Amino acid sequence: MIFLKSDEEIELLRISNQIVAKTLAEMAKLIKPGVSTELLDKIADEFIRDHGAVPNFLGYGGFPKSICTSVNEQVVHGIPSEKVILEDGDIISVDCGALINGFHGDSAYTFCVGDVKQEIRDLLRATKESLYKGIEQAEEGRRLGDIGYAIQNYCEERKYSVVREMIGHGVGRNLHEAPEVPNYGRKGNGVMLKSGMTIAIEPMINLGSRNLVFEKDGWTTRTLDRKPSAHFEHSIAIRRGKADILSSFEYVEQILGNKAI
Amino acid sequence: MAKQTAIEQDGKIIEALSNAMFRVELENGHVITAHISGKMRMHYIKILPGDKVKVEMSPYDLSKGRISFRYK
Repeated sequence: MIFLKSDEEIELLRISNQIVAKTLAEMAKLIKPGVSTELLDKIADEFIRDHGAVPNFLGYGGFPKSICTSVNEQVVHGIPSEKVILEDGDIISVDCGALINGFHGDSAYTFCVGDVKQEIRDLLRATKESLYKGIEQAEEGRRLGDIGYAIQNYCEERKYSVVREMIGHGVGRNLHEAPEVPNYGRKGNGVMLKSGMTIAIEPMINLGSRNLVFEKDGWTTRTLDRKPSAHFEHSIAIRRGKADILSSFEYVEQILGNKAI
Repeated sequence: MAKQTAIEQDGKIIEALSNAMFRVELENGHVITAHISGKMRMHYIKILPGDKVKVEMSPYDLSKGRISFRYK
């Protein structure tokens, strides 16, 4: 069942997503070589609670932490740990969520740690660009397959591969709602988009093959060939026929300045 | 947080149970019970112990699955 949201509900979702965007900006300040992902989790948890929200990842399906930190070959759902220390040349995807007023925010950004190889920076840029290509397609009357096709086409043209096992989702009063939003698809397939739908689009793009391995901790997924993977996520609403981006990378990019992807 | 779709894996039938259920050993060594998909039942595709099959699973219950394909 796809819940259509009213304008007021979309505004509430925007509040949740803005808190997430600011949390990601806090992460941008902290991320540098020598920092453990445990510290990022702690600061993010505090920051979200200081703003009156609740970290919604904590305990979701048994997830033990408040944010997901996935380093290099980890695709998504990496569990923050004291043992994971960021090194120069790493990339880290931080996926963050907040629950306030009964609505869930969800957004993710992939950061560079120190100097990162040009090849990997290109991957990050393409992933971010593909996210916006997908959002362009999110208009009333189009279908979910159009979004997936736009992302898949953009990335595969550049010889990257699109992860199939993990997908975007509807977002609202639940963190995961209908519909499922795959990052691959065919034009004109899938559910038709309507005003009032709120979805999280999150391309996960690999440098090597698209195959994943699930680690023994039950959460972390990494690429089979251990090549790096990038992940960007926006929550969007379809409002009066047009896509309205509820989360924001502006705060993050202000802090990163010209180092931003 | 990304959502996990039904995962597809290959496995081998180790036992035929009643009600068109099967015990399947997955490639990663896990043993699950799986039922045969309605589409396969419609086309009378027979499955015997020892067959290699494709199993769909949901991330919410990792002890059950759905057989979606029998390899030749």
